[in-house]
Amino acid sequence: MLAESLALSAALFAIGVIGVLTRRNAIILFMCVELMLNAVNLSLVALSKVYGASGEVFVLFVITVAAAEAAVGLAIVISIFRHRQSVHLDDINLLKG
Amino acid sequence: MNNEFFPLFFSFHFYLFAVIALLSAILFVTRKSPVAAALWLVNVMFCLAALYVMLDAQLIGAIQVLVYAGAIMVVFLFVVMLLNLGKPEDVSDIRGQLPRVTAGFVGAALLAEVMVLARAKWNAQLTLPVASGETMRNEPGGIIAPIAEVLLKDQLLAFELASILLLVAIVGAVTLGRKRS
Repeated sequence: MLAESLALSAALFAIGVIGVLTRRNAIILFMCVELMLNAVNLSLVALSKVYGASGEVFVLFVITVAAAEAAVGLAIVISIFRHRQSVHLDDINLLKG
Repeated sequence: MNNEFFPLFFSFHFYLFAVIALLSAILFVTRKSPVAAALWLVNVMFCLAALYVMLDAQLIGAIQVLVYAGAIMVVFLFVVMLLNLGKPEDVSDIRGQLPRVTAGFVGAALLAEVMVLARAKWNAQLTLPVASGETMRNEPGGIIAPIAEVLLKDQLLAFELASILLLVAIVGAVTLGRKRS
């Protein structure tokens, strides 16, 4: 099942990348990043079935970092929404120069 | 889940969950409404939890359901609800034709790249060692003990740093989300 898992993982990652490139809503962008992290987790779990438990420990760390990222990122989104009344990335170009 | 005794049963369900995950992911990136997108992403995560259990990672499967599908996605849905972005027809955020085609091309190129790399011949020093086999299930501690062994011995520093990271994230989220008075 290793090859199938890795192929599914690659496909999910590619879908996540397509989502990041096609969407403008900051919240949905975060969700696409979560999808990419999930795809990486799947390949780590599939490899850890063959090569030992380290992969599953890395998955635990990835989940921890994803939770922290979601909390801080969504707080930033709320903060931006208070200032701009929008979460569309095209409206948020303060640092563009 | 054991694929020695029921190989057909195992592969059928493996492919079933894989196909559902893929279709849900495609639906997730094409939905206009953020709530619908979030719910399809929850579906992807449940399918991935099922795949984790089939890959003998029951602990990760449980954590996937509890933390990812349970906690993180609920936070996303809370924020969508809190911001009140309006009706999905009005707030469509999908870019126009050209960026969509470009994104599809980039995604396909990435996928092709990974597939080619998976089939490439590597230098012997770069290849992974030959698999040690499925030793995890036969150890006395079952499937949890090897994880604890790595997590609490080899990666202890990273484990402690993860707690500091979560503390910083909580403080940061509260500070950022607070209303300035």
